[in-house]
Amino acid sequence: MSDVIVEWQPYLLDYLPIIIFFGIAVAMGLAFLVLAWAIAPSNPDSEKVSAYECGFNAFDDARLKFDVRFYLVAILFIIFDLEVAFLFPWAVSLGALGVFGFWSMMVFLGILTIGFVYEWKKGALEWE
Amino acid sequence: MIIHAITFYTFATVILVSGFMVIAARNPVHSVLFLILAFFNGAGLFVLLGAEFLAMILVIVYVGAVAVLFLFVVMMLDIDFTQMREGFLHYLPVGALVGLVVLVELVLVVGQASVDLSAVVHAAHPTPDLSVRSNTAALGDFLYTDFVYFFQAAGLILLVAMIGAIVLTLRHRPGVRRQVIADQVGRKREEGVEIVSVKPGQGL
Repeated sequence: MSDVIVEWQPYLLDYLPIIIFFGIAVAMGLAFLVLAWAIAPSNPDSEKVSAYECGFNAFDDARLKFDVRFYLVAILFIIFDLEVAFLFPWAVSLGALGVFGFWSMMVFLGILTIGFVYEWKKGALEWE
Repeated sequence: MIIHAITFYTFATVILVSGFMVIAARNPVHSVLFLILAFFNGAGLFVLLGAEFLAMILVIVYVGAVAVLFLFVVMMLDIDFTQMREGFLHYLPVGALVGLVVLVELVLVVGQASVDLSAVVHAAHPTPDLSVRSNTAALGDFLYTDFVYFFQAAGLILLVAMIGAIVLTLRHRPGVRRQVIADQVGRKREEGVEIVSVKPGQGL
């Protein structure tokens, strides 16, 4: 099976702190859960575990229809997020790219700036 | 090497289990959280493969934006999920049959395919050794020059997505009084203040 897996590479050592952080985070999260379950006194009765909202039962479900413009803001965020994602490799290898690579990115940014101006003029960024 | 294998199998196991839990969890919010866990483990697998840039993009774009969007929609939509699940047993035989057919087709098609790992040597742009050029820089070397048409096409697709989202969802409610900062700042003293001289004892 081991021939399928790519060979061990030294750069993976750079990720060791992240793994350690994850390990500590998981251990702490589990520790709090287990300690609370094991140590905390638990003596439930029907009144303690019944639904409570300012002294009366909940009227309806917590889910409710929401304005679609929240979603619009989220989609616009994702689009500019992707634009920034394209900027990272460009910035890293700009020295090797030359003039063409530079203007290639400028055209890309120009296209998205058209969209940004459209969005601004339409008032999509304004909250009513 | 053994640590490498352990890491790989840990990521692979967690990704499979959380992928199963995405469709098995009763609470849809939990489903999305398991999806995020699957994304994180996918990023871990990418790192193991040496595709660091893809791993970071997976975390930034999928976990940071797409999964949060899913979570947001699932938490806010007014859908009774228990009602949606009612017909589960009723549809199970048909669903299982369709799944089986797709599985057989996949095995028939993919089962015969083979990947020749030595063919990597003949690639037009072989991945440079990570000690020579980092993964992100290696992508940048080709993406903006050799593949400029695809890159610009990506920009146009993003533009279309942006305009499409605005056209589909933006509705201006009439009669909303907005703050116009230019009007506020451009207000003159004469428009706002009036000096009235009041004689003593008379009032206005």
